[in-house]
Amino acid sequence: MKKTALNQLHHNLGAKMIDFGGWEMPVQYTGIIEEHQAVRNDCGLFDVSHMGEIEITGSGASSFVNRLVTNQVDVEVGRVVYTPMCYENGGIIDDLLVYRIKEDHYMLVVNASNKDKDFEWVSKKAPADVEVKDLSDHYGLLALQGPKSKEVLSSLVDFDLSDLKTFRLVNQKVDGKEMIISRTGYTGEDGFELYLNPEDAEPTWNAIMKAGEEYGIMPAGLGCRNTLRLEAALCLYGNDINEETNPLEAGLSWTVKFDKEDFYGKSALVEAKDAGIDRKLVGFILKGRGIARHDYDIQVDSKKAGFVTSGSFSPTLDENIGMGYLQKEFAEAGKEITIMIRNRGVKAKVVELPFI
Amino acid sequence: MSIPEGIYYSEDHEWVKVEEGVGTIGITDFAQDELGDIVFVELPQVGDEFDKEDNFGVIESVKAVSDLYMPVSGEVVEVNEDLLDQPELVNEDPYEGGWIVKVSLSDESELEELMDADEYSSFLEEEA
Repeated sequence: MKKTALNQLHHNLGAKMIDFGGWEMPVQYTGIIEEHQAVRNDCGLFDVSHMGEIEITGSGASSFVNRLVTNQVDVEVGRVVYTPMCYENGGIIDDLLVYRIKEDHYMLVVNASNKDKDFEWVSKKAPADVEVKDLSDHYGLLALQGPKSKEVLSSLVDFDLSDLKTFRLVNQKVDGKEMIISRTGYTGEDGFELYLNPEDAEPTWNAIMKAGEEYGIMPAGLGCRNTLRLEAALCLYGNDINEETNPLEAGLSWTVKFDKEDFYGKSALVEAKDAGIDRKLVGFILKGRGIARHDYDIQVDSKKAGFVTSGSFSPTLDENIGMGYLQKEFAEAGKEITIMIRNRGVKAKVVELPFI
Repeated sequence: MSIPEGIYYSEDHEWVKVEEGVGTIGITDFAQDELGDIVFVELPQVGDEFDKEDNFGVIESVKAVSDLYMPVSGEVVEVNEDLLDQPELVNEDPYEGGWIVKVSLSDESELEELMDADEYSSFLEEEA
């Protein structure tokens, strides 16, 4: 299994480690619910160094990246854009963050489990006027998330964090070390992600934990990252979206810019849009006991009407929540549905997303 | 890691405490710690009969779903209904308030196949 630069530190903290896409990663330190609440109320620090970073440079970078992804990435330097990347058939290869670092310099931040597939696709499509590099081994990634994140980080930087707005990036020093800082995250809270030299990961982690002590900071594992992102209704690749789903049915229409120049998947998505999608990713809250898990059937009037893509106990709502694809005619808030949990039907209600 | 004396342990990390032919069954401190925050326990019904190693319920933590297996054969005489509203009792008090079911044992000799506290302790060390 691959290990991040902080692997030994996680073991020393007593984390429970799991295999996550070929990486040995911490799923929890003290407990998923406690860590979840720390991030919602104060702040938590995540090691997400397993994420992949693909650099695209050259005079053709902007038009090439714009051809790769569905969202508009010809944006001001210093912007970060969330976007799906699709095959010609409209199926989602991955969902990613696109960083415009310079005019002719982009960084794609991709899911660890998809990195090799993404890199292969991007390399294969690359024109002569760009250079594509896999820089995943050159970056560690820490995510500081939660309402106190700004106060915690401000003591370690010598610029005003108020100038770094949501979905913006900056090259700056944290505790004296150069890194890329972006105001992004995967929890539904304010927060920052720090792309740094793996050698700087441990001292930076320690500096943030120390600065955060008075704000109730906790180390946070992938377990609460999942419950946090689900409450915020952020898609998880492999669960809620995959190569068989397109962005329109996944509720990601806002990331598909049909009015920009051609991009991979455009004609298939135009066709899908014109034909009308027949299923939609919805959120639901269980009314009976039990937890909906990935791939459980959803029924309406005792007939299969969809399937669960993600489900969990929600620590914030103290309810059992989930998301899943549901036939379009049933996909509206208030609709009563049944989740089949181990051959037992449990009532649930479709709700507006996000959950919180 | 708490491993009380005087009760029996299975390799599936369940415990059985026997009093007058009735076995109280739960999961061990090790098991609850491995599972993490428990948020749901699916219980059998009183009167259900199970053979040793039958699946008799499900326990779900935030991170995983796990089946529960009978450490002994018997008929369910009581289930811990407190767990329906407070599944966290299994985390907080695995050997007392977090018990799961009580069964009338159909074959007390099955207890000999289970481990005592010392044996379970060595079993955990070997597994680690």
